[in-house]
Amino acid sequence: MTPTSATSHQGEPHAHQFVDAAQQAHAATLGMWAFLITEILFFGGLLTAYAVYRWMYPEAWADASSELDLGLGAFNTAVLIGSSLTMALAVHGAQTGSRREQISMLLMTILLGGVFLGVKVVEYSQKFEHHLVPGAHFRFPGAEAPHAELFFGMYFGLTGLHAAHMIVGLGLLLWLLAGALRGRWTPDYATPVENVGLYWHFVDIVWIFLFPLLYLVHRH
Amino acid sequence: MNRPHAEPALDYITAQYGVRSWLLTRDHKRIALLYLASVTAMFVLGGLFAVLIRLELLTPAGDLMQAETYNKVFTMHGIMMVFFFLIPGIPAVLGNFLVPLMVGAKDLAFPRLNLLSWYLYTIAGAFTLYAIVVGGVDTGWTFYTPYSTSWSTSNVIPVAFGIFIAGFSSILTGLNFIVTIHTMRAPGLTWFRLPLFIWAQYATSIIIMLGTPVLAITIVMLGLERGLHIGIFDPALGGDPVLFQHFFWFYSHPAVYIMILPAMGVMSELISTFSRKPVFGYPFVACSSLAIALLGFFVWGHHMFTSSQSVYAGLVFSILSFLVAIPSAVKVFNWTATLYKGSIRFDTPMLYAFGFIGLFTIGGLTGLFLACTGLDIHVHDTYFIVAHFHYIMVGGTIMAYLGGLHFWWPKITGKLYPEGWGRLSALIVFAGFNLTFFPQFVVGYLGMPRRYHAYPPEFQVLNVMSSAGASILGVGYLIPLVYFIWSMRYGRDAAANPWGATGLEWQTTSPPPTENFETVPVVTTHAYDYHAQAARERAAAAGGAGGGGGAA
Amino acid sequence: MSAHVVPRRIYFTVFTLLMVLTFATVQASNLDLGRWALVVALVIACVKATMVMLWFMHVKYSSRLIPLGLVGGFVWLMLLLGIVFSDYLSRGWVPYPGK
Repeated sequence: MTPTSATSHQGEPHAHQFVDAAQQAHAATLGMWAFLITEILFFGGLLTAYAVYRWMYPEAWADASSELDLGLGAFNTAVLIGSSLTMALAVHGAQTGSRREQISMLLMTILLGGVFLGVKVVEYSQKFEHHLVPGAHFRFPGAEAPHAELFFGMYFGLTGLHAAHMIVGLGLLLWLLAGALRGRWTPDYATPVENVGLYWHFVDIVWIFLFPLLYLVHRH
Repeated sequence: MNRPHAEPALDYITAQYGVRSWLLTRDHKRIALLYLASVTAMFVLGGLFAVLIRLELLTPAGDLMQAETYNKVFTMHGIMMVFFFLIPGIPAVLGNFLVPLMVGAKDLAFPRLNLLSWYLYTIAGAFTLYAIVVGGVDTGWTFYTPYSTSWSTSNVIPVAFGIFIAGFSSILTGLNFIVTIHTMRAPGLTWFRLPLFIWAQYATSIIIMLGTPVLAITIVMLGLERGLHIGIFDPALGGDPVLFQHFFWFYSHPAVYIMILPAMGVMSELISTFSRKPVFGYPFVACSSLAIALLGFFVWGHHMFTSSQSVYAGLVFSILSFLVAIPSAVKVFNWTATLYKGSIRFDTPMLYAFGFIGLFTIGGLTGLFLACTGLDIHVHDTYFIVAHFHYIMVGGTIMAYLGGLHFWWPKITGKLYPEGWGRLSALIVFAGFNLTFFPQFVVGYLGMPRRYHAYPPEFQVLNVMSSAGASILGVGYLIPLVYFIWSMRYGRDAAANPWGATGLEWQTTSPPPTENFETVPVVTTHAYDYHAQAARERAAAAGGAGGGGGAA
Repeated sequence: MSAHVVPRRIYFTVFTLLMVLTFATVQASNLDLGRWALVVALVIACVKATMVMLWFMHVKYSSRLIPLGLVGGFVWLMLLLGIVFSDYLSRGWVPYPGK
């Protein structure tokens, strides 16, 4: 069941409950995957609510979606996919022992993640100015106003949850960067970088679904 | 020949002293004890709310408390018992202690996450306590919308937040168990040599991982709706309140399997030990745990037959609810077959196990009544439902929990509890339980609604019986509380294997050392190999009689 | 678990494909596809997600337990979605008087 590994972890220190470092790495990775599977259900619950109301109110969904800034959304999608690339390269750097690749790619990932969040701040403040935040000040032209408010509730809920996950991810990346600067990540101990990578790619995957579902609902 | 000991070997309790060594421990056994303390406290709190309920229901008039207060009392009873006692209960106390021991590991895969899960649980409990102090919650433990989101003036958000945090505690425990069972089994311990308790914990952990996140997002949606009125559950804005029920029960139905599966795992251990026989049909019992875990996710709509859920969906949920009883029945049949021609001992754990079989069967059969939509329409929201789930949760889970506590107490504490008192309290619990809850089947079928603080006078006799039973049940729970604590100081020392049971946990000292085993065990037999056990004991007895005391 | 070192060019190839698909999904949303618009968008998203999982997340090089768990998670989400929808879709089937 355990695949042949390029690194042997032989002689590496490991926590006392594990038999060896290979078992520790295997357990850590399985643990991260198990956590990510819970996240599928976590985001999935909110997406289910989205799906039900999109089915009920297709016109409101299309109207409300066209209020979102497609350019910024598409730009952010590219940024996040780019940050997944740099994250994968950072893992590559850890696995091959290249400190320069680790550090530069982790920095790029952090930078791109920051850009994404910056754009989201811009988008959110635009929504606030246009009275598109659900609540007492929500205003939307036309009869579909209550249902459009539902859309924006979903929009802020989904992207807000996503952004919260990104902020946690940035924290983890900063921790990885600190470790990289001290030379902690080596071919025999790249598991933390790999596992944070898994988390970051998952956050990217969530956005890959959110982008078309929120920004590309067009009326016909 | 015994070599002279300079000093007694340290076990996990005596290894370190001081509050910090307990509050900052990474030892799964100490964490299990921390959980035992908090879980017991929550149980007592939930029990106090139950006392208030049964006191109010002694008389038909709503005279002890106002309706609004009564709403808060039964809500808090449900929340404490479900989220803070039954769901964590067996996994966090017995599971945390036993899973590493049973798989032959030194600890769980992630000891620090384990400690974190206890802190999250305790913080969540504190939140909920705070909410009680500032006035409680009156929505029922089910938090149905739109009352909970638009109308209730009680402290919904703090309690919901507390449950949210408790959910993370639960997820961390489940994650730890899954990874440990997959990656840290001792050499030779293949999946089908695992004790059935481990299969049960594994299946429970799968439910936790797949279901709890949906509860978490449901609470987020509840908070967004109540706080920001985004409209997802508000008909005025186009939302559907029943959607909340779908989300809520998607978790909360599998949650009842989180509550019962670990109890079934305990049952397998008790029945085999006290019949001195391998569990009959081991592969079927193991796979039935997985079947319950998976099938349990398909039936949640049976809580919604009287909502505006489509009747066609209701039909499908009904059929599936009948089907989900099958793997549970498989277990009951296999336990019964295990008893057949077994060498049965009626020690305290076995008394609880027998109680479980009878009471769980009644609870399960009444569940079949409820799966039938035609019948459920009539008894939904009556005391019939209350009796049904208490037969499973109390007659099932709590009996197994107590049986397991008694069974593993010598291993956990190194002390023996007083057997006479143990048997007496098991019988008191059984009698008190039936007197409390059987009348509720009758009075519910006759039409008494649940969650009402007043009722028609013709129901009083049955209610008085139920309240009387509750006081007996309470006594039955108090006695073990006393003698367990007593035994920690004054109980007789326990041997490594006082019950003559199989299982890796019995092959180390009572209590175990911090690292669990002197040497990593190697497993060569199936889980309940009493043949090999008996042969070992005969050889040891022969060796002991023949020569000087030799280490076996 | 994978300590398999994936060559950089594979990462760059996947990245390029992901960008192409992102462009494609934006273009597709401008076409009048009616009810198929959602299907096309979701299919493209699924392809992108699968690529991220297989190559960026190394699922292609992992033990079978990982894809099993992932598929299980997605199947479970489909269960939630599907059964909830089966309620909403079939609510109108029963002809109540006055309806």
